[in-house]
Amino acid sequence: MNSTHTFLSTPPFIESLIKKKILGKLMLILLAAVVVWRMGTALVENPSLFLQQVINGLQLGFVYALIALGYTMVYGIVRLINFAHGDVFMVGAFMSFYAISRLQLHTWPSKLFPNMNSMLSVGIGSITVVILSMIVCALMAITIERVAYKPLRSAARISALITAIGVSFFLEYFGALPFVFSANYITYKRPFEVTTWVANGEGVQTLARGIEVPANSVIFSNIAVLIIVASIILMVLLQYTVTRTKIGKAMRAVAYDKQTAQLMGINVNMIISITFAIGAALAGAAGMLYAIAFPQVVFWMGIIPGLKSFVAAVLGGIGSIPGALVGALIMGQAETLSAAYISTPMRDAIAFSILIIVLLVRPTGIFGEATREKA
Amino acid sequence: MFKKIDRNKLIFFGGLIGFYLVIQVLQLMGIVTSFLSTILSMGTVLAIVSLGLNLIYGFNGQFSLGQWGFYAIGAYSAADITYRWSNNQDTSALLVLLFSVILVGGAIMILYRTLSRLRGLDALSAFVIYLLATFGFVFLSIKLGGLLTPAMNSALGALPEWLSFTIVYILAVLIAGLVAAEISFLFGLPVLTLGSDYFGIATLGFSIIVKVLLDNSDTLLGFEEMKGARGMIGIPKVDDWGWFAVFAFFMIVVVVTRNLLHSSFGRAIISVREDEIAAKAMGIDVGFYKTLTFVIGSLFAGLAGGLYAHVNAFLHPDTFNFIRSFDPLIVVVLGGLGSMTGTIFASYAYLLVVEWLLRQILPPGFENWRFVVFPVILLIMMLLKPNGLFGNFEMPFLRQLLPPLKKKPAAEAAAAPQEAAQ
Amino acid sequence: MSADNRETILQASGLVMQFGGLRAVNNFDLTLKKGDLAGLIGPNGAGKTTVFNMITGVYTPTAGKIEFGDQEITGLEPFRINQMGIARTFQNIRLFPTLTVLDNVRIAYHPHAGYSMMDGILHNKKFQVKERELTERAQEFLSVFNLQDRQGEIASSLPYGEQRRLEIARALAAEPRLLLLDEPAAGMNPNESVALMDLIHFIRDRFKLTILLIEHQMRVVMGICEHITVMDFGEVIARGNPTEIQANTRVVEAYLGPGAAALSEKFRRKK
Repeated sequence: MNSTHTFLSTPPFIESLIKKKILGKLMLILLAAVVVWRMGTALVENPSLFLQQVINGLQLGFVYALIALGYTMVYGIVRLINFAHGDVFMVGAFMSFYAISRLQLHTWPSKLFPNMNSMLSVGIGSITVVILSMIVCALMAITIERVAYKPLRSAARISALITAIGVSFFLEYFGALPFVFSANYITYKRPFEVTTWVANGEGVQTLARGIEVPANSVIFSNIAVLIIVASIILMVLLQYTVTRTKIGKAMRAVAYDKQTAQLMGINVNMIISITFAIGAALAGAAGMLYAIAFPQVVFWMGIIPGLKSFVAAVLGGIGSIPGALVGALIMGQAETLSAAYISTPMRDAIAFSILIIVLLVRPTGIFGEATREKA
Repeated sequence: MFKKIDRNKLIFFGGLIGFYLVIQVLQLMGIVTSFLSTILSMGTVLAIVSLGLNLIYGFNGQFSLGQWGFYAIGAYSAADITYRWSNNQDTSALLVLLFSVILVGGAIMILYRTLSRLRGLDALSAFVIYLLATFGFVFLSIKLGGLLTPAMNSALGALPEWLSFTIVYILAVLIAGLVAAEISFLFGLPVLTLGSDYFGIATLGFSIIVKVLLDNSDTLLGFEEMKGARGMIGIPKVDDWGWFAVFAFFMIVVVVTRNLLHSSFGRAIISVREDEIAAKAMGIDVGFYKTLTFVIGSLFAGLAGGLYAHVNAFLHPDTFNFIRSFDPLIVVVLGGLGSMTGTIFASYAYLLVVEWLLRQILPPGFENWRFVVFPVILLIMMLLKPNGLFGNFEMPFLRQLLPPLKKKPAAEAAAAPQEAAQ
Repeated sequence: MSADNRETILQASGLVMQFGGLRAVNNFDLTLKKGDLAGLIGPNGAGKTTVFNMITGVYTPTAGKIEFGDQEITGLEPFRINQMGIARTFQNIRLFPTLTVLDNVRIAYHPHAGYSMMDGILHNKKFQVKERELTERAQEFLSVFNLQDRQGEIASSLPYGEQRRLEIARALAAEPRLLLLDEPAAGMNPNESVALMDLIHFIRDRFKLTILLIEHQMRVVMGICEHITVMDFGEVIARGNPTEIQANTRVVEAYLGPGAAALSEKFRRKK
């Protein structure tokens, strides 16, 4: 009673076309061609505008990268999509806001040493603020992990995911209470003055306030420089920690196999806490950088950047640190370029479309390792 | 034996009808306020979406966050049909969507049979074929619909108003479900080849794409009446018997889900959740059952959307944003994955707690504490009952009975009661 | 070998499986005649399970051709190959863990259910008749393996030996013509192995099967297999009946290391 399935007999050349997955490839190539053509004409028509978008995208991409690292590390080690991570980012932004506006923390070096070089004092002050919000975020993440995730580690993964969603709601709506962060937009005060430079064929000049941007030139500010430099420093530090230190080795061991790592004498609970803390600290730093770039803070500000960074992490291959960076840079470019050249309201949709298309081509992301289940 | 089985059926349907009647009487007596009865309708709608998700996630093991997107598609397509009819006596939306649904559905079924006979066709190429076919038939339906609209307008206009509206409403809800189902087929076909987590993320992306499109429905999509981010108003509210329609659809969904799950097809669906490789090795077409479940689940989501549009009579894209897309997931997990009873119970419990109970127990001035208290409840629930309220418990009618053993094969075969007879 | 005019049921020729830089199986040939009870043995990592995976469609061979009956099945999807009549068990038992014993077997019977999905949703007369037939059939398979009293239990709660038996029962429920058993006696004590050998003989005759099995317990292999193929490092190093294989020096060396054959010869002579 065996059912025999008859296959259509197709001519050999059609069969070989099917084997080459020709239609799917054609569609992807067509899509890629349209995008390349659109971008290419944009670049040819107005190179400076295009470059401007790329710089803006770079700035955004590096912020996303910092957040994406937290997602990717946590997923790599406990296989949890930590939906609360975006809200940790929000708390980081608010912490730096309070440190700057209420406590004037960024001015402590100039108060203690009045005759210090102003740039140096602002720098040290800002670094203090960043470190403060990183520490607060790290402590918060450790608390969340201990209270909400750890008891569920042996339960089904979905329970922890629902808990993460719950924690995310809690952070948002608790933050929205009037005596916490309030439900209003709050203007963020930058710890330093913004300097803008103009770059064009004639070289780089400082752009004075109130002067129009000359045609055919690209502007960038010290904010972009700060974001890119700070992100790179933090990522290099992270890469060093993960690949060169004992803790990093332990992290990789736990990510690979929790039970075995435990047998090798690694304190798995501590390593997981440390992972959450590092991820949250990076998100805290990202929160401050983001608020400096877009000077407004509000209780739900973590949702969209969190989501975008999460997409970036998946795009790059969740669990991979270089993947998070690459994914985030793509996300940043996709956002600014699609806003400029395709459709501003559709940019979130485009970001996700890119994700879905990349996943169809590489099912575990760009740097993701293919997993083959053994029969 | 048959009596016993019939009793379960009786209790179940009697209970549902009794529940419906009690609510109806309480409504007439004014004990159930209109606010509460709205919550009940919404709870029923949520239950339909969640049953769909439970089928996909709880029984088939595919982690979908996209049900809210299909719900939105259903809501907006049904709303557009009834809006055009009741405001402009225009059946163009009805006809175009009806033709599209029938033609595309037929094309998909025929193509599926043909394409499965090609050796080694990959999902993406198949997707391209389906997509081209869909575009072609949708274009054809637009032409065909435009041609037939005047005739249909006058034909429906000749009927008494209540009858014509009832026809349009029922058709609108059904079409809403089918539109969602067919879109889910197109989307699911390539995306279901991804691993579970990645599938979840891609479907989350789908929800977000739908939400963004709805935000710009008047500009980018060109549907003036949907009014984009301002929200769609002027949808006829089905007041007097709307609750009945919602409840009737709910009962159909429950019975269909149960019957499906208790058949060999249901077991095939569940085997995919249990072990994909073993299921394949046992002759189960895993890809087909994943797609099938996803389509059925999305069909339910679309139906629920169509019902929701006419319960609420106002649609806003923010209702469909991705944060709300966790609602059905929370319901399904709280109720217990793979428990229909749990899903139904949790749908009502969820809305009652969030919308009603928390408003009642929180002191005045603390309304915005609702969403602070709710996650805490959620956390405690997860910590205390990580497998949901009901685990995998089912109420008698929904439970699958174990067929008794036949000791002497031939003699008792005729008398042996089967779970099949339930 | 005597002339064999039985129908050829499986013909694998020139199978190659390449995983990146590793050639797991190289130039593998195998012919099974209807009613054969053949064994596939070899040291760990020799590529035996890879051969199974290629025959059942889990892997698509890098090169080579597999014919089942008169149809080519190379590279078909596993479910299709199963529906054509090849069923298998797994080395590390793969039951549907949270389902009942009965449902495990009924799932495998699904391709033969005989009613459409619409019948299933409506629960009409046809559904009830067919579903009853299907259930009785499944219970029959369970009773062959003496599991009928366990039908309501959750599969993962069964003791190990019964899980192995259930897996074979499930494979039989697919109504195959060729059954592939991947280490059916693994983890069984000698008594259980002997019972299993009887059972394998019994099911071959009762269900008119052809059986190919991978096994490490030599007592089982030598006890029941009529033909044995020996693999080492992805290549076939010997074929023949049990006595031929036992005397083959290459086989002994593959298992025990170079020089072992001479040593074992010495021992034999001493005896």
